[in-house]
Amino acid sequence: MVNVQILIIEILMAVFGLGILCMGLLVPRDSRRGIGYVTAVGLAVLLILAFVMRDASGVFLNSYIIDPFGNYFKILFLAAALLTAVCSFEYVEKTGMNQSEYYSLLVLATLGMMILSSSGELISLYLGLELMTITFIILTGFHLDNSKSAEAGIKYLLLGALSSAIFLYGLSLVYGATGSTVIKQIGFVVATNGASPALVLGTIFLLAGFAFKVTVVPFHMWSPDVYEGAPTPVTGFLSVASKAASIAALFRVFFVALPSLNSFWVQLFIVLAVLTMVLGNLVAIPQTNIKRLLAYSSISQAGYLLLGIVSFSVLGVGAVMYYSMLYVFGNMGAFMAATAFYNSDSSDEIEDYSGLAQRSPLIAAVMLFSLLSLAGIPPMAGFIGKFYLFMSIISRGYIWLAILGILLSMVSVYYYLMVAKSMYLGAPPEGSKTIRVNSSLQIAMVVSLLILFVLGIYPTPLTNYAMNTAVTFFMP
Amino acid sequence: MITLNHYLALGGMLFCIGLYGALAKKNAIAILMGIELMLNAVNINLVAFNHYLEPSKVVGQVFAIFVIVVAAAEVAVGLALVLNIYRRRLESNVDDFNWLKW
Repeated sequence: MVNVQILIIEILMAVFGLGILCMGLLVPRDSRRGIGYVTAVGLAVLLILAFVMRDASGVFLNSYIIDPFGNYFKILFLAAALLTAVCSFEYVEKTGMNQSEYYSLLVLATLGMMILSSSGELISLYLGLELMTITFIILTGFHLDNSKSAEAGIKYLLLGALSSAIFLYGLSLVYGATGSTVIKQIGFVVATNGASPALVLGTIFLLAGFAFKVTVVPFHMWSPDVYEGAPTPVTGFLSVASKAASIAALFRVFFVALPSLNSFWVQLFIVLAVLTMVLGNLVAIPQTNIKRLLAYSSISQAGYLLLGIVSFSVLGVGAVMYYSMLYVFGNMGAFMAATAFYNSDSSDEIEDYSGLAQRSPLIAAVMLFSLLSLAGIPPMAGFIGKFYLFMSIISRGYIWLAILGILLSMVSVYYYLMVAKSMYLGAPPEGSKTIRVNSSLQIAMVVSLLILFVLGIYPTPLTNYAMNTAVTFFMP
Repeated sequence: MITLNHYLALGGMLFCIGLYGALAKKNAIAILMGIELMLNAVNINLVAFNHYLEPSKVVGQVFAIFVIVVAAAEVAVGLALVLNIYRRRLESNVDDFNWLKW
């Protein structure tokens, strides 16, 4: 008996994404602006549906798992996609990109993330990963008239294809060493037979593939260039949602298929986490472009997320889930502010943000509080997230790692506040006007700001939800 | 007698040649070709494992078919991007893609 109905959200996403593509052909050219609104409404409906169905569970043909863990990440992806769609309305229209293709790819990238985070089998995991990556490559190079966008697209393509070839080689070795592609089955085989050299080699290749997607040092080289060149809303989506999707898949592979090798891969993750936190935070300091700054800041955030994996505990999984949810609102808030500024001034340079607080108090405030949340300053939500992450590694005895993380968070406050200094203390350039932000983007910015405050002051509902879900994931 | 190890050695060598090509070549199209070699190494691995470990199930062969399909999609996007950038700058040498800091 094939239970197709448990895949309802994925099926609706696929139909919706293709529907938008067809709609672009039917709607006359001058009224294509409406496609963005339709996308936003559709994503909002799917978000509500995913929230209502958050406790659903089941397994489709042994290879696709619907469980609270995957559903949590589906809610996260849909929230990020909704914010991205709202953020794109004016940007896409101004830059003259093809609207229906853009929104359709946005929806299909979200579908790829859902498949990636819910698949319980290596082939579907690979397909989800590639669906996500290839749509993101197209979105990155989508701004055809902009040389930077084309160049970022080709860099992402070459390095992304290289990393997925390495990832695939790892998958083939894991399949060869265990004789199965079902993640749970691999877990049984590894637990009874122990590790073979092929399996260890495969694990390292898999780790490299995931590290590329999560922008972990030393696999991060692509991200500053791609983040700078890609259209700003796409950069925001790429930095939050694709990272969360890869982390979810990483949990499924390493915590379900390879838990008995944990003494081995935890060591690797400690090295990677230290490198990522140190390099991400220190290289962010001299940056002059806001998108490059946010790229390095998101590399350092990936380092903090790895701490939850290092802890290899329920608390660690829950902390990563909580942190990635509020990371969506923190980072998307910053990117929405950057998009609003770009829409009026066509610039991403931090020195042009000078005096922004006088020209548009809303953009400046959203940027400031989003950055403070990323830095982990109370009462913003980022503080609670980092608190749980550090607590999870301290409970496993890695006190030095927590101290290092806290010190580097201090460093991050410096470069985040350099942006704030430019916005609040600098003088606006001669003859500059106040910036008008369109109302839908205003609403989205205010909502994400409110969520950051609410989760910072009253985090209990979300932390309980994340921790309970982590328990069902870790101890089924 | 050809054993599994022969196929794995072939796959490993092909993978290394492809990786060398992808890292050492300067032309974007040549890099894509190197990556194709790496993917074919994976296919050899998958089919060989399937034949020697569990010939009754065809999981490895199905996986290989999916790899071929995805590789085709990737190359289609890649060539479109190379074409777009070539029209703009008459260039497909990656060393000259330096508008962004590399």
